[in-house]
Amino acid sequence: MDVSFDRNQSSFDFNTVEACDNVTPEWLEPDSTGTTIMAVEFADGVVIGADSRATRGFYVSNRVSDKVNHVSDHIYCCRSGSAADTQAILDTIRYHLSFYEMELGEPALVKVAANLFKEMCYTYRDQLTAGIIVAGWDKRYGGQVYSIPLGGMMVRQSAIAGGSGGTYIYGYIDKFYKPRMTREECIKFVIEGISLAMERDASSGGVIRVAIIDKEGVEKKIIAGGDLPKFHEK
Amino acid sequence: MSAIGTGYDLSASQFSPDGRVFQVEYAQKAVENSGTAIALRAKDGVVFAVEKLVTSKLYETGANKRIFNIDRHIGCAVAGLLADARAIVNVANDEAKDYRSQYGTEIPLKYLKDRVAMYMHAYTLYSALRPFGASLLLGSWDKFEGPQLYCLDPSGLSYGYFGISIGKAKQSAKTEIEKISLKDKTCSELIKEAAKIIYIVHDEIKDKSFELELSWVSEATNGRHECVPQEVFDEAEKFAKDALKHDSDSD
Repeated sequence: MDVSFDRNQSSFDFNTVEACDNVTPEWLEPDSTGTTIMAVEFADGVVIGADSRATRGFYVSNRVSDKVNHVSDHIYCCRSGSAADTQAILDTIRYHLSFYEMELGEPALVKVAANLFKEMCYTYRDQLTAGIIVAGWDKRYGGQVYSIPLGGMMVRQSAIAGGSGGTYIYGYIDKFYKPRMTREECIKFVIEGISLAMERDASSGGVIRVAIIDKEGVEKKIIAGGDLPKFHEK
Repeated sequence: MSAIGTGYDLSASQFSPDGRVFQVEYAQKAVENSGTAIALRAKDGVVFAVEKLVTSKLYETGANKRIFNIDRHIGCAVAGLLADARAIVNVANDEAKDYRSQYGTEIPLKYLKDRVAMYMHAYTLYSALRPFGASLLLGSWDKFEGPQLYCLDPSGLSYGYFGISIGKAKQSAKTEIEKISLKDKTCSELIKEAAKIIYIVHDEIKDKSFELELSWVSEATNGRHECVPQEVFDEAEKFAKDALKHDSDSD
């Protein structure tokens, strides 16, 4: 028996079904690094840092994730947006850059690394959700920070905050950033900034991870949840 | 060269029994039939000079130039078959352009010359191809690396130089270059010396007329490769002609 079925004639309300489709459980959503990331240039290097919370909606899928990642020996990046997208971009650029350094026979410029990220973020801007900060040190231009926000723009900035938490601390950066800070001042500036954002932003939290990059190389640090600065609670 | 008639010189993909590739050596001969080109590395840049032979009075002046821009910051002087040289220059242009769009910075000369040398070398490997009958002099200057000068050969070899000559009179030009203490000189001094060398090594009897081409890339030009200004050109040419006159007077 062949019965042709017309959706519009049916008494059943399909729109209700479609409306229900939109209510995906949040633990089924893709992992997003709803994040606070920050990078600041100082006298002879850069400090970059991030919180460690990875979320699916309001569900914390990882409280100790690492969003401060190695790109090359003197270049690191911070990832915000879709965890899957940014990891895939990072893998590609890391491979490309390691090959490039072999061919060139010397470490890549930070600008070159940032440009590779930009190229990919811009070309695939309709398919990607990625906000990346590239920071590092090279012997030509010293410490540098490049920000590559959602549409695939690239801009060099001396201090930048990103991710969902970054918006809460623009004012903090505008007020307290000083050019040519010392290493210790700069580390303190970044840690305080990120902990302020973690306090207000629901999708930022956990520990703070920072990396300090200068001509000597990279030093990575973790500030555990219990050791976060408490100055703003007074 | 005793290759003729032995059959080992017919293909670029075959060695002779004593381990030579004659097609590559013939390509090098083609370079030695062309007008001389020289490049000198000063402390603040690189200068180029070319003796462009003009085989007929009926040609327009300024045609078929032998100094090229590879990118804004890289200059190139060529010797050998001009059509072959242009093909390589095009490849170098594309390399520089691709590098810019991919990495967002100017291509380092060290990187470019390796890429172009690899391309030229590939043409010495296959029986269906012939090697390029041209050599390239590549020069640039920047704040970080200082002056750089390389010569690319039809075999695909490249060397860095303080001073280099290619073409017809490369031997006598080399002797002249060796008399100059290049490392203490600036581009504005060396441009005159370069013009002088081209005038000295030019063989008036065999190749009647020629056009002089001069260019430089230096700190003074902000790392850009440019033709020298007209007044510098005139001064250099006058210096070269005067030097020749003095030479012939004292002989």
